[in-house]
Amino acid sequence: MSQVPAVIIAGPGTNRDHDVRHALELVGADARIVLASELIERPRLLGDYRLAVVAGGFSYADSLGAGRMLALDLMVGLGEELRSFVAAGRPVIGICNGFQVLTRARLLPGALGHNAQGRFDCRWVVLDAVERSACVWTKGIEDPIHCPIAHGEGRYVHPDPDSLAAAGQIALRYRSTNPNGSVADIAGVCDPSGVVLGMMPHPENHIVARQHPRHCRGGGGAAHLGLRLFENGVHHAKGL
Amino acid sequence: MAPRHRLTIHSNDPDPRAAAIREGAAHLGMGDIGQVGIADIVFVDGDLSPDELDRLHGVLVDPLLQHGNWDPPKSSGIEITLQPGVTDSDAEAVHHTAMRLGLTIGAAATGTRIEFDPALEPARADEVVARLVANAIIERWADGHIEPVHPEGRDTPGAATTIAIRGADEAALQQVNADRALYLDPQELVAIRDHFESIERDPTDIELETLAQTWSEHCAHKTFRAAIHATGGPEGGEREIVPLMRQLRDCTETIDAEYVRSAFVGNAGVIEFSKGTTIALKAETHNHPSAVEPFGGANTGVGGVIRDVLGISHKPVAITDILCFGPADLPLDKLPDGSLHPLRIREGVIDGVADYGNKIGLPTVAGAILYDPAYTTNPLVFAGCIGTAPTRPLHEGPHPGDRIIVLGGATGRDGIRGATFSSATMDATTGEVAGASVQIGAPIVEKLLIDALVGAEDLYSAITDCGAGGLSSAVGEMAEGLGADVELDLVHRKYPGLQPWEVWLSEAQERMVIAVPARNVSAIVNRCARVGVDVAEIGVFTDDRVLTVRSGGEPVAQLDVGFLHDGRPQRQMHAEMPDPIRTERVSRTVADPAATILRLLAHPNIASKAGTIHRYDHEILGSTVVRPLIGAASDGPADGVVLAPPANTAGLAIGIGVNPWYGLHDPEAMAYAVVDEAIRNVVAVGADPDRVALLDNFSWGDPRRATTLGELTAAVEGCCAAAYVYDAPFVSGKDSLNNEYIGADGERHAVPPTLVITAVAHVPDADRCVTPDLVAAGNVLMLIGSTEIEFAGSHLDKVLGEPPGVGVAPAPDPDAPEHYRHLHAAMQAGLVKSCHDVSEGGFAVAIAEMCLAGRLGARIETLGHDDLAAALFSESIGRLIVEIEPRSVVAFRRIMADDCLEIGTVDDAGILWLPGVKPMLVADLADAFNTGAAT
Repeated sequence: MSQVPAVIIAGPGTNRDHDVRHALELVGADARIVLASELIERPRLLGDYRLAVVAGGFSYADSLGAGRMLALDLMVGLGEELRSFVAAGRPVIGICNGFQVLTRARLLPGALGHNAQGRFDCRWVVLDAVERSACVWTKGIEDPIHCPIAHGEGRYVHPDPDSLAAAGQIALRYRSTNPNGSVADIAGVCDPSGVVLGMMPHPENHIVARQHPRHCRGGGGAAHLGLRLFENGVHHAKGL
Repeated sequence: MAPRHRLTIHSNDPDPRAAAIREGAAHLGMGDIGQVGIADIVFVDGDLSPDELDRLHGVLVDPLLQHGNWDPPKSSGIEITLQPGVTDSDAEAVHHTAMRLGLTIGAAATGTRIEFDPALEPARADEVVARLVANAIIERWADGHIEPVHPEGRDTPGAATTIAIRGADEAALQQVNADRALYLDPQELVAIRDHFESIERDPTDIELETLAQTWSEHCAHKTFRAAIHATGGPEGGEREIVPLMRQLRDCTETIDAEYVRSAFVGNAGVIEFSKGTTIALKAETHNHPSAVEPFGGANTGVGGVIRDVLGISHKPVAITDILCFGPADLPLDKLPDGSLHPLRIREGVIDGVADYGNKIGLPTVAGAILYDPAYTTNPLVFAGCIGTAPTRPLHEGPHPGDRIIVLGGATGRDGIRGATFSSATMDATTGEVAGASVQIGAPIVEKLLIDALVGAEDLYSAITDCGAGGLSSAVGEMAEGLGADVELDLVHRKYPGLQPWEVWLSEAQERMVIAVPARNVSAIVNRCARVGVDVAEIGVFTDDRVLTVRSGGEPVAQLDVGFLHDGRPQRQMHAEMPDPIRTERVSRTVADPAATILRLLAHPNIASKAGTIHRYDHEILGSTVVRPLIGAASDGPADGVVLAPPANTAGLAIGIGVNPWYGLHDPEAMAYAVVDEAIRNVVAVGADPDRVALLDNFSWGDPRRATTLGELTAAVEGCCAAAYVYDAPFVSGKDSLNNEYIGADGERHAVPPTLVITAVAHVPDADRCVTPDLVAAGNVLMLIGSTEIEFAGSHLDKVLGEPPGVGVAPAPDPDAPEHYRHLHAAMQAGLVKSCHDVSEGGFAVAIAEMCLAGRLGARIETLGHDDLAAALFSESIGRLIVEIEPRSVVAFRRIMADDCLEIGTVDDAGILWLPGVKPMLVADLADAFNTGAAT
């Protein structure tokens, strides 16, 4: 079967682009890292891909607020193409800085503020995929996903989380520990159609069992890999 | 002039920065300062319509998080903005926003506004800002509305000034030395004078500055290259010491390890553990800059060492940091004049390391934090970087005719004379005069440099980073044996008005210099344009042996490169060797061992560093297999860390050894001990003791004092002795001397002898890594290595006080290398379930850490020494505790040649039993360790 062509959109300062590429390759995608500036120069390039990732990092050094500059670039230079990409049902995931970009670009609801404890925080968390979610990326995932967070602005803010839940737009919640003060323990949300997912944690950093911090003590294992999200995304793209 | 607009932005929810200021003030003993508000300010100059301001507002303010107002607030507040000329990356983002929105704007700037409780006296508010928030080195602040100032001036091709030194006597030379802050030795000034007399002209300012930079302690390592005459020491008598750098190099050459590809040349050491992949490693200090501007100093320290790895054509993959601070609870009235409080330094340094590492996208993995009053005025910041590359020959250039190309950030007045500043002693006025020595980091610019340079290795013939000494150092070093011709007008500048010597010496960050054959210039330019890296071709390498620097076409420097690099007279120095206690073994009396164990676990040097570790991204790249925190609750301390890319079997381990307290008693034994500790740390996690490379970083006091040089000499001899015994070569090193502060009382305060050894070792199988957390009840615990009565410099003495006769510091253990090889074989056979080294606090702390990391108890029945205090708290080196399954005990003993002591078993009752000690709850051990005073 042919590989799903996937694009990883990187801005100046995106730094988990290679980690995501590795994850996508493991689940059978043909993943390319493309600079946002190149896509903006040739917007039609986006149409060559069936799946898109806005990867994590510090685009524009988080200047004037995380994700704002790259979101502005994408909306001014690529807004129409991105909206038709989504309208065609092609899956999009924004991870960490990518999530911040997608909320600022209004492709996802809500906003991400400074962590409640006021600091950048890197630690492993446990995520529950929300059962009644429209999200194609978390579909069918029953076991909790284990993966790290690494962010300073990951506190999810939304004026009406209940309406989000009712619309099936809450995709992932932090289990037991909410690391940043996110409303309703929300770790990931999707657009109403379910093809666009934004999440703060990094599933791309748990793609082999050895990466789990308690691997040697029997922790983690295949059922809890972050890789499962990418399997779902690629599977969905293949079915289009 | 265009009107100025200012947007004040407040957070909708409580701003965590405000709480941090309030807590910080309380922590410093300034009492409760009441409510604090905080806002960000954006200044934009331009003729903007209300609609255009609305559109800017729409980007700069997220209504779910913030509210912004174009009318200046009427309430009172202190506002802070950057000094003119200091890089303001947020202002660049304002320009980017305007560009995307199609708005025409003039200058932009950003600032911060602190709103205090109106009841707080203005003087106290100002003190809070000065102590906790702003730094006069890079910022200015005012009560009420502040107006940013933008650098002005025009670029006129600056002429060089001639400095008359011909015929000057030593006093006159010394005056020049002081006026220009050259920090040259008297004999060096004479050599310079004689040189210019011989060529019958006086030097220009830029020539003199170039010589001072090239000959600075920081760049020339003149102490490590000095001829040393030694007196005193255990043997007494007089002897000539082989130059210290020669000793380290000889050591590496004699060991002749097959995996060393490059040692002590270029920017970093290079090794090859697995065929086809080389590893570059380097550690640097950034002490003086971190003392005056902790965030910027540490930030650019990390940036600098990453460029070192990039400067030997390797892709950076990990960062290390070892930090030494004064006590965080130092009362304000005990703080020496002109110094920042240790708490402020610590927060700034850790934020600086985190900011750079997190933003550039590298895991900050291994490290240590040490506290001692002696670091109050001289904090130490060691930053290391490791990189990998496909095996390829080292670059052989530059060649005459190659173009000199500067990549990366533009040049400003930042970091002028950093190389000479960092070679000087500090005093109460250092903060005021050193302003220009502070560099400001821009990690994203360096990230783009990495993107541009990794994969471009075939396009250039030589590469180096622009670090201390700026272009002077980078181009000057590359031109050694050749010559170069540089036009300063071609160097991209942040703002106008820079003098030629400032452009030449500026340590503006995030710049690399490459030598590019003419045919490849356009390929480099295109590559950089694609990723957004600035490129400037500034000159050409020649073969006339002259370093020519021009401004507006006119030469402002014409230095003979032979004189520049080889004209410095060798320093003649005197070392008074230490005579440490080596025979007198003195034990200790510990009235309440259980309480002592808890105090040790909570001691800032031993307690959990989780508060710092979690501020660093240690997960990025997905290669971190053994993390700095490990175990059942991910809160136990690891010995070393292991990195292995997800698809690789093999990995590499990083271990750190540092113990200045042994050094106060016996510098030679200290050096040996820290080499042992670094190696032991990597062996403990599964690395091969026969494939280890070492980095040495010395931070010392002023070596012109004979006793200080004696201690340094003894330490070099100690670490060389250890390297021979462990067969572990040094591949790179760095010394930072003159870490001293002259107090208002005229007294000199030097750092304790601080040698940091970084061990990087091969891990054959990253799936077989071992960590200190106990795994299963019923398993057998073994102690490897012998325990002696060695308490000098111990942490037991730190918590109970030092007795009059301290006895000996931990001495070398000749059996350790064999023990490590055997242990490694046992690990490879899968026999070892957990393993921890015994270090600060001794055996009792080590077993307690294993218990709390595994949330399991242990029943210890046999101890390593008859003397209870020694068995529990002595810090003898070479020791490890291991956990073995009962069925593997026979096999383990066979592999260890029976040279191990069965001491007890793992227990699931949640209690640590030690002979002669009250039973201790593992939960209490974990509490002590996790709630200790450290960060």
